[in-house]
Amino acid sequence: MPSDRPLLSLRVAFARQFYRHARALLASPSDVANPLIFFFMVITLFPLGLGPNPDRLATMAPGILWVVALLASLMVSAKLFASDFEDGSLEQLALAPYPLALTALAEVAAHWLATGFILALVSPLFGVMLGLPWDGLPVLVASLFLGTVCLTLIGALGSALTVNVRRGGLLLSLLIIPLNVPVLIFGTTAVREAVIGGNPESWLALMGGLALGSLVVLPIAVAAALRVSLDS
Amino acid sequence: MLLEVSQVAVERGDRRLLSGIDFRVSAGEVWQLLGPNGVGKTSLLRGLAGVARLGLSGEIRHAGSFLYLGHSSSLKHSLSAVDNLRWHPACDVIASPSQICDALARVSLAGYEHRPVGSLSAGQKRRVALARLLLSDAALWLLDEPFTALDTAGCEWLESRVHEHVGGGGAVIFTSHQASRFGASQHNLDLGRYAV
Repeated sequence: MPSDRPLLSLRVAFARQFYRHARALLASPSDVANPLIFFFMVITLFPLGLGPNPDRLATMAPGILWVVALLASLMVSAKLFASDFEDGSLEQLALAPYPLALTALAEVAAHWLATGFILALVSPLFGVMLGLPWDGLPVLVASLFLGTVCLTLIGALGSALTVNVRRGGLLLSLLIIPLNVPVLIFGTTAVREAVIGGNPESWLALMGGLALGSLVVLPIAVAAALRVSLDS
Repeated sequence: MLLEVSQVAVERGDRRLLSGIDFRVSAGEVWQLLGPNGVGKTSLLRGLAGVARLGLSGEIRHAGSFLYLGHSSSLKHSLSAVDNLRWHPACDVIASPSQICDALARVSLAGYEHRPVGSLSAGQKRRVALARLLLSDAALWLLDEPFTALDTAGCEWLESRVHEHVGGGGAVIFTSHQASRFGASQHNLDLGRYAV
């Protein structure tokens, strides 16, 4: 250990790492804007490809919105630990006298705030573009809010496993898409239930459970994967 | 004694690079890891720091704190030099911005404190990374190629800083391609002797 004893409390160590990563993200706004631009472009293309029939678009909107959210998450996940690995920050993070799961979670939290959280906030705009009924919009926001927590953590695990693999994008996709499928199904179903006047709450509750479970388990898996990647 | 290494072997993938390494580092000593490219200098240093463990066997005992500076600078290019040191991921530097500015001035980076590190030259980035040496109270320094990208003045500054550190009861282990940086006072560990 670089120090005999930790100099900071766990809370302060978490806050420091969160702040560092958030500052780095804010200093390169393209990393924050890229998933939003991707989301906007793809959502714009769907009405052109499917035709301007509002009913058909509204029926397909929950699935389209969630698939595009998943792809946007996949796009940014690969980069989560890449720069830390390249510039040596990951080595220093692993040497810090704090649980790597905690400091990695701080990075993931900053990353989620800059990508998934913003995506959930602006998602009603994309929902309206696809003619999603008003009843579905709050559930879309809530499902993306919870779902992107899971997607970001799963993406972090994939990134941690492939961070030292050259051109590991395909491997990353193969690893994490199957894990993302339950999130996609729950999210789409919640929004669809809201649109048809069903019971979206139970699906949102399932997603909440999934998000909480991911928050507990996945940081530990991410830390283990990072240590293996640093070792090899 | 700050570090004791007993019967350490280093592997990379399924290939054994080094075996049977034994040495002890005491306060006031400078050790240089020597050897040709690819012999395993960086792998051993990473193993001594605890960054890489899977490919390492044998016993490594630290007595006290250490500071590890890898070959990469561990700096975020979008952050300023001050922010990089203030929020360093190793969390071993708890210094105020003014203390950090003083340290940066001592490595000849006065005026560059608040510029993004990405806009600095390779030598200046190395100086930012080396400024951690002024802010840490670790007894043992593990430095991987610390002289890389430094100009003559930078190398002289680092040499004098190492002398100062070991004079004050610290110890330094470093890798470098240039032999005998510190003359007869340094211990050389030729890893070629341990290559498999």
